[in-house]
Amino acid sequence: MKKRLSFLERAAAVPHLVWTLLFIIGPLLFVLYFAFTDNDGAFTFANIAHLSSYAHIFFVSICFSVVATAFCLLIGYPLALAMARAKPSTQKLLLVLLMLPMWISLLIRTYSLMTLLDNGGLVNSLLRAMGLAPWHMVGTGGAVVLGMIYDFLPYMVLPIYTSMTKLDKRYLEAAADLGCNPCQTLFRVTLPLTAPGIFSGITMVFVPSISTFYISQKLGGGNFDLIGDTIERQFQYTSTYHIGAAISLVMMLLIIASVAIFGRFADKEEEGMLA
Amino acid sequence: MNNTLIKLCSIDKSFDGERVLCGIDLDIHDNEFVTLLGPSGCGKTTTLRIIGGFETPDEGEVLFEGERINDLPPYRRPINTVFQKYALFPHLNVYDNVAFGLRLHKVPEEEIATRVREMLEMTGLKGFENRRPATLSGGQQQRVAIARALINNPRVLLLDEPLGALDLKLRKDMQNELKRIHNATGITFIYVTHDQEEALSMSDTVVVMADGKIQQIGSPTDIYNEPVNAFVADFIGESNILDGVMQKDRKARFAGQTFDCVDGGFAKNEPVDIVIRPEDVDVVPVEKGMLSGTVTGVTFKGDYYEIIVDVGGFKWMIETSDYVAPDAEIGLYIEPDAIHVMKKSEYSGKFGDYSTFSEEMDWISDPDKEVSEDEETTLLS
Repeated sequence: MKKRLSFLERAAAVPHLVWTLLFIIGPLLFVLYFAFTDNDGAFTFANIAHLSSYAHIFFVSICFSVVATAFCLLIGYPLALAMARAKPSTQKLLLVLLMLPMWISLLIRTYSLMTLLDNGGLVNSLLRAMGLAPWHMVGTGGAVVLGMIYDFLPYMVLPIYTSMTKLDKRYLEAAADLGCNPCQTLFRVTLPLTAPGIFSGITMVFVPSISTFYISQKLGGGNFDLIGDTIERQFQYTSTYHIGAAISLVMMLLIIASVAIFGRFADKEEEGMLA
Repeated sequence: MNNTLIKLCSIDKSFDGERVLCGIDLDIHDNEFVTLLGPSGCGKTTTLRIIGGFETPDEGEVLFEGERINDLPPYRRPINTVFQKYALFPHLNVYDNVAFGLRLHKVPEEEIATRVREMLEMTGLKGFENRRPATLSGGQQQRVAIARALINNPRVLLLDEPLGALDLKLRKDMQNELKRIHNATGITFIYVTHDQEEALSMSDTVVVMADGKIQQIGSPTDIYNEPVNAFVADFIGESNILDGVMQKDRKARFAGQTFDCVDGGFAKNEPVDIVIRPEDVDVVPVEKGMLSGTVTGVTFKGDYYEIIVDVGGFKWMIETSDYVAPDAEIGLYIEPDAIHVMKKSEYSGKFGDYSTFSEEMDWISDPDKEVSEDEETTLLS
């Protein structure tokens, strides 16, 4: 009886295993293969060595992602705080409003943002109607960052909101009891105790920001070449697969490194959270 | 002990339309050890939270040294709290937890170091500076919570069932420790508990609460010897509570007999409640007894036997040092000063004989009774 069950259990895992092999492990191996071979299929470090000429692209991408992540945190943390303190019914409504955009395709959202910000778009029409000078937005770095913030803000708010709702109110009372005014309570108790939420929010915004290509193409008007754009371009021609794979590999390592660093912070905080 | 520090004047408080406090009047004096005692849901914790500033009363006034502090937030009150389950900050070590209040008041770091060291010494926590709360036992966390509150030199220390989570022996030790700290610091302690023994052994003044009202305020001996109503008599210690009639001063009639007693001041033939403590009843041969009955249960308690005696259908609890066989017929003898007479109250008839020991026993055996969460935790603890 027991043996049969364990066979069934193993059988149940098979679809997942096949999926993982086909769509996760397989592609990863392909990336590795292409990154370390040339057009004739011979082993080489040339692709990796060639990456130094893409250094500025990495730099610009990281800058954009860091700025977008920072803004998401600055907007998202107070928003999560306000949500967690609202009445339960209001909380539900705010959550739905926050998640609603996530039900619409990212491409459509980005495209709509582009039409809004365009020179002949709604925002500029309004500015003109109010007698103000039109403001050239699409094609600027600001528009790209705005697009990232707009698309990824929910990923910052949700984990922070979750850690806030888990925060025991007694800690806030203890802080007030010991002499904290509401502002001191926020910085000395709420902020450190919701750090795990902050770290996972940062990871969840930073990672898609650094790998996006659609946002920079549409809202950057082709003026900004980010890692995502570069990778996409390399994979349009078979001859540059190898460079594309090398860039992908390095970006993956970058992301893994940053996730691991943030993860360490988050773990450390959670250790202390165990009562 | 003479000047009033905190005064509560007719405090009312409701949560979601349910009244949890009705007309609480209470004076708390400087240096006093006051205990708010009552069953769960009696309003004792809410009263404490109102004093701490965590709740605002709907009606009435909270005065601190004569000044109204109803709307003063907790961080402006010279009061600190030892919370139930301690609420130590999990992201800070013991040192930083204890130093928390001093840092807020911008005390220089060298002074903080000295005071934290002294406080950790006083609470027996030397060497624990760098430990996180999660790595400490319940008793150690408890001490950190006390140290964290006391280091701020509050005028008043509020303690919300601080020993509830500790095991029996440790609880006794911590009771002595708290008493010692109270004597050493001279800080006013306001202590909340549902444990009557704890209340009697530690307090200068006991405030017995039930159903959102204060039932009795007095010294532990007053509360035990002169309970004002059936609730207090039942809640504090063990009592046989009988229906009676005061025929005239010093003559009480109950259990079908007339007894001499020492109480007076009642109307002629006024119905009353009679309290007789189990240790005040003497077991004698049937022919010498004022009352006689059948022993239905005998429990050995170490230094005495607890016996249940059925006298005409009413089950008495008696504590005696001599063994009595079950089913034996015995006589009961009661001294006049062992009979305590109380006016009738809303609690009359709710408590009384020893068919069961607790109300809980009555309703946990009742399949129709729904257990609320609050009561469930009381049962488990």
